[in-house]
Amino acid sequence: MTTAAPGTVSRSAEAFTEGAPRRTPSRRRGSRGRPARRRPGRSTSLTVAMGLMLAYTLIPLLWLAISATKSNQTLFDSPGLWFGDGFHLFENIQDVFTYDHGIYLRWFGNTLLYSVVGAGGASIIATMGGYALATYEFVGRRVLSAVVIGAISIPASALAVPTYLLFSDMGIVNTPWAVLLPSLASPFGLYLMRVYATEAVPDAMLEAARIDGAGELRIFLTISLRLLAPGFVTVLLFTLVATWNNYFLPLIVLNDPELFPLTVGLRQWDSLAQGGAGAGATPILPLVITGSLLAIVPLIVAFLFLQRFWQSGLAAGGVKQ
Amino acid sequence: MKRRAVRRNLTAHAFLLPFLCVFVVGVLAPLMYSVNLSLYQERMIGGMVFTGLDNYTKAFKDNLFHAGLGRVALFFAIQVPLMLGLALLAALAIDSGRLRAPGLFRIGIFVPYAVPGVVAALMWGYLYGDRFGLAGEIGDLLHTEVPDLLSESWMLASIGNIVTWSYVGYNMLIFYAALRSVPEELYEAAEVDGAGALRKAFSIKLPALRPALLMATTFSVIGSFQLFNEPSVLQSLAPAAVSTNYTPNMYAYSLAFDGRQFNYSAAVAVLLGLVTVIVAYAVQRTTARRERML
Repeated sequence: MTTAAPGTVSRSAEAFTEGAPRRTPSRRRGSRGRPARRRPGRSTSLTVAMGLMLAYTLIPLLWLAISATKSNQTLFDSPGLWFGDGFHLFENIQDVFTYDHGIYLRWFGNTLLYSVVGAGGASIIATMGGYALATYEFVGRRVLSAVVIGAISIPASALAVPTYLLFSDMGIVNTPWAVLLPSLASPFGLYLMRVYATEAVPDAMLEAARIDGAGELRIFLTISLRLLAPGFVTVLLFTLVATWNNYFLPLIVLNDPELFPLTVGLRQWDSLAQGGAGAGATPILPLVITGSLLAIVPLIVAFLFLQRFWQSGLAAGGVKQ
Repeated sequence: MKRRAVRRNLTAHAFLLPFLCVFVVGVLAPLMYSVNLSLYQERMIGGMVFTGLDNYTKAFKDNLFHAGLGRVALFFAIQVPLMLGLALLAALAIDSGRLRAPGLFRIGIFVPYAVPGVVAALMWGYLYGDRFGLAGEIGDLLHTEVPDLLSESWMLASIGNIVTWSYVGYNMLIFYAALRSVPEELYEAAEVDGAGALRKAFSIKLPALRPALLMATTFSVIGSFQLFNEPSVLQSLAPAAVSTNYTPNMYAYSLAFDGRQFNYSAAVAVLLGLVTVIVAYAVQRTTARRERML
């Protein structure tokens, strides 16, 4: 159903993976992976216009970072985009970590578990499946492809309520499994890998390996996996963002705060803050703001860290076309 | 030869087995369960009764469901073109090679994608407020009264801004990748043939972008019609402006967990899924037809 033209997906993968295979031969690329185009002059006015857009995307985050350095009182009587009196960031972080017996760190650990296991598992499963769909003729291949494409257009959130009901029959609501199991299934990831594997793993190379007497599993582990690496990283990024940001499903299937991911936990703190709670020992608002800032940092670090892998210029040139 | 074919068949099935397992548990079973559930009703006398499509006819006439659906449709009609237009302009600008520090723009505009939707909604919710956000301050700066962005009349636009902020960079990257896939030789050939910048934009860049535009639009359909996180977070800041049936997904949620009407909630979720799929399919069709025309 939702069939993007072949190539679309692998192109979107290329945005992340600079070394994706190309159909067209091109000249040597610069470090950016971009051919040296005869450039028209640099335009200052265009740079300024785009600078406005950059300001739009970054200023809210700047506000968040600055606000995380303020005490509850300072939040209300200092300008939003400048520091108030005193630098309370470390106090705030300490409050976030110690509030309610360090529940925030529990949430952080939970989010890490759900994301790493969920996204990692989903990517491995999707890579194996997509590779099989791309390289083997087998019984049921057509049907399966159609089902997967249909499943992409079923939004995950539409399944959240029935998932809860099903899992409560199975007796696994309010356990980590209730969050992990659904996030392991990524039809979009499988589709992306299928398209990617079709382009990245040449049949001729597989045949050559078979003639050399390699078994299918060995071929996959030693040859195909390396060629599929950029696609794998791309799927990993998509699924990592999806699981780290997951809110609707855990909100429904979990009710024990000890199992919450950050998103559900922060939302709960925000409700407390709006409800005028926190008039007691610890005001909650700085906690929500600082906790939000801390929740963003790991994903941005993951992106920058994985960027090294996107740049891996994997030559699909093992075969002379 | 034949034996080898059988063995490869087995290999393929073995490779696909893990996916099939999680797919059945995570997607197929809940889907079936939901459809099945939506065909029954809980009665005071007799418990669960098979009622066929009754829940669906009820949803068709349900004004609360209509209101939510109308809201997300309006959201889709306005927010999606704006967001994709911005993303397209940014991608073209970065691809044009006329920017200083293009890498900075690529990363900087993409960064909000890494911010969880809930956190983005919390942050913007505070920014909109006049207590310690920026809305009041900007008003003071310009000596004008900034409207209450968390009021009922501004709420949908405010949510639209949060979604745009979160996904504009993601879509930009998809478009940028499509532009980058154009081989340099094409531009050179066009120049030799005397094509100007406009001609190159329409004859080379647009066709290269079409599949990416289609994909981005399709994902945006799903995102708009399934809207939940942002309005649900803003609800605590502005309970008067965001009702429990503000979007169809919020309605399905509140039916199930506040009203304990699981059967009806399942019907609403299935119906919403169907509407989403139909709209996504319609988007595919229009684009494909336009492509045939060109």
